Amino acid sequence: MKTSFKLNGKMVQVETAPDATLLWTLRDALQLTGTKYGCGASLCGACTVHLDGIAVRSCMTPVSSVAGRSVTTIEGLAGEELHPLQKAWIEEQVPQCGYCQSGQIMQAAALLKANPHPDRELIISYMNGVLCRCGTYTRILKAIEKVSKSGKQ
Amino acid sequence: MNNKKEGRAHPMSRRQFMLTAGGFSFAVTAGAIAPRFLGDPEPAASSGDQQLTAWVKITADGKITIYNPAAEMGQGSMTALAAILAEEMDADWDKVTIEYSPVEPGIYGMQWNGTPGGPMITAGSRTVRGYYKPLRQAGAKARYVLLYNAAKKWGLPQSGLKTDRGYVIDPAGGRKLSYGEIASFAQIPPSVPEINEQDLKKPEQFRLIGQIIPRYDIPEKTTGRAKFGIDFSLPDMVYAAIARAPVYGSTPELLNENEVRTSDGLVDLVKMDHGIGVVANTFEQALKAKKRMQIRWSGEARAKGYDSVEDYKSLELLIRDENKKGRMVVDTGDAPSNIQSAYKIYEREYRTDYLYHAQMEPLNAVIHIAADGKSAEAWAGTQAPDTERNAIAKVLGLDESKVTFHNCYSGGGFGRRQEDFSLEAAMLAKQVRRPLKLIWTREDDIQYGAFRPMSLQRMEAGVDRDGHLTGWQHRIAGPDNRLQTGGVRMNYYTIPNQQTEHRVSHPGVRTAFWRSVGHGPNKFAQEAFIDEIAHDLQIDPYEYRRRMMKDLPRHLALLDKAAALSGWGKSPAPGRAYGMAFSDYGGSYTSGVVEISLDQESGQIKVHKVWAAVDAGVVVQPDNAIAQMEGGIVMGISSVLQESITFKNGQVQQSNFHDYPILRMADCPESIEISLMPSSLPPTSLGELSLPLMGGAITNAFLKLTGKALRHMPFTPAKVLEVLSK
Ligand code: FES
Ligand code: FES
Repeated sequence: MKTSFKLNGKMVQVETAPDATLLWTLRDALQLTGTKYGCGASLCGACTVHLDGIAVRSCMTPVSSVAGRSVTTIEGLAGEELHPLQKAWIEEQVPQCGYCQSGQIMQAAALLKANPHPDRELIISYMNGVLCRCGTYTRILKAIEKVSKSGKQ
Repeated sequence: MNNKKEGRAHPMSRRQFMLTAGGFSFAVTAGAIAPRFLGDPEPAASSGDQQLTAWVKITADGKITIYNPAAEMGQGSMTALAAILAEEMDADWDKVTIEYSPVEPGIYGMQWNGTPGGPMITAGSRTVRGYYKPLRQAGAKARYVLLYNAAKKWGLPQSGLKTDRGYVIDPAGGRKLSYGEIASFAQIPPSVPEINEQDLKKPEQFRLIGQIIPRYDIPEKTTGRAKFGIDFSLPDMVYAAIARAPVYGSTPELLNENEVRTSDGLVDLVKMDHGIGVVANTFEQALKAKKRMQIRWSGEARAKGYDSVEDYKSLELLIRDENKKGRMVVDTGDAPSNIQSAYKIYEREYRTDYLYHAQMEPLNAVIHIAADGKSAEAWAGTQAPDTERNAIAKVLGLDESKVTFHNCYSGGGFGRRQEDFSLEAAMLAKQVRRPLKLIWTREDDIQYGAFRPMSLQRMEAGVDRDGHLTGWQHRIAGPDNRLQTGGVRMNYYTIPNQQTEHRVSHPGVRTAFWRSVGHGPNKFAQEAFIDEIAHDLQIDPYEYRRRMMKDLPRHLALLDKAAALSGWGKSPAPGRAYGMAFSDYGGSYTSGVVEISLDQESGQIKVHKVWAAVDAGVVVQPDNAIAQMEGGIVMGISSVLQESITFKNGQVQQSNFHDYPILRMADCPESIEISLMPSSLPPTSLGELSLPLMGGAITNAFLKLTGKALRHMPFTPAKVLEVLSK
């Protein structure tokens, strides 16, 4: 099956099995490995990407369902410069192993896009679906609050 | 620069640029000598030492490459090790790049006692502790060679020269040479003196060690560019998944092979003793074919019928049997008779369930066997690259030197990342003969996990009229002799007459190192027991610990620090309580306090705040040390409140994060405050230090809040309600 969609601003076409998921298509067919596999069941958030600007779990998104739509992965988040969240992540030295962090950043970026100044409660409830085994949550929270307060997003 | 000059055809010129001394070597090269090329068995000109390889390489453009021998799985040691070497070399940190060293345990490995040359395993929080001294010396020797060459060039005595951030300086002549410039003409001195402790920098001269330097790996971990093992791929690569024994030790028989072989994209099926591998053109095709397989499992597996909940009953019999003797780990004075004759005797039992690692990157490996079958290359994130390499070589019937293993970033390790995935990938590739990537699904990772062993711990103690402990007995029962006695010694409390013993059970299930290993369960039992005694004696648990530390100023200072941070003694907000615990790990010490609340109706415990003081000797990277403490605390709370692996009929009952929940952001404490104690002692461990605090501190806070003790981890709402109702 052929599917065309916009990926990080450019049109792409992929040939996959009819039921292929976006996650494995991105990682293997399109070689964008920043999006991670963690559970395959919408339980961990490691595979989070943006579909038309909204955070979705790519492990449960059939690639057929993104036809004609726009997908952004961690590789396409930065423009000329790093995204303010990526900068804050470096300033706050958030990542440990780093494996969950693409998902964390993509989830946070979708939140700030929809709501540039979320309060702490909203941030926590929005970020709660993305697991971090290394326990970087307090730093993730700090980094998001830093960006939301700086008004830079 | 001209690479040919350094090429394989000119061993003499290469030798000129190499130095081997004291078992640690480095190269100052004009061209780019990859350390792999230095592995040729040629004698070094200077010392006759056979160990030819490099810790650091300087090129004429000034670039400094430092080789990292340890796994980078989130603990940050790749930055710490490079900083240690760069510090003594007086290198410009901005010019440093870090690369994994080749897998050469004889050169880059370390014995467990810290002597260079030994296994390359990254475990037991030993990396910074063990490499600190050798890397300082390697850095100082590199600096010596740079000074030697600058002095020769200028015709000056070496003693009049200084270094500063990547330059050799002639203060009298007002001249300087950059390290890169020196590299372009450097020669190896006839000898390099031994570096003594007094030749190294004094702590007050440090400008990298103990400073906040950003971690090297963090930028690429925010852009998706960082390559983990699972991200590696090769042209023409096929993908594999394996259906493994649901009961460990049973063997498979595929009942519908013909049907499965018709699956889309299927490349091959590989029968192994412990499972059946499915190889396909895409990973999703492999998963689909795996699902179609009907397998009959048979054989006399020891784990057959095993029930871990029921197992506590057999462990009770095992631990309470006064005629049995296990393996004695500590035996000082005469604990049994001093307990017998004590003014008051206490007895308690504590339980901990099996735990899963839940490292976020499931296990995986990529392997490529050369067309002639005479060599192989593999990529994976692992804590033990030499073990992986050797395991692959064995499966393929190759000499170890014919297997090149590339360590990759690991998405968490925690003790799990060793051996079985590389082994399996080699078995699959041996049959399939295509470049191959094996991925464990999350379900595989849990159901064929290797777990922190369950434990039942029986504590007995006696106190005198004043409440002082006069004897202490700690018996641990569980399935793994190697993994369950860590942390039983408490050199930070003065307790006379101690006895600790391990009694082993044989359930036949897989167990493994798990962050902090024995310390997690053992510190929980010790610290909870101490609070239960103090509670009964109506002594404040902080005061009670102070008494036991009165002759141990280093530990007392730490205890006091954590108490002060938390404001111990103040009354907490209504419905909240404080609990404290003390722990050690790998020569480091920590004291922690938690503030918790309890939802009486649901039984849910919430940890609101955590404070911890740390004494880990010289801290190379303070901010990263704090991150490690934070991470251990979060993982600790997760394991204490909600994690449990159970077996029924020999099978693991959990399969993904819905039934093996790990802590989410909403359950994370709103603040974690860490205080690092200043020290001039050599660095000690950090990565596994804080986790063992949580079991004790949380149950102790619960005891304070409710008057009841939680003695079975995890403290799930159901267990909490049960304890409250008693
Ligand atoms: S991999 Fe998609 S949510 Fe876990
Ligand atoms: S940084 Fe390791 S899982 Fe989040």
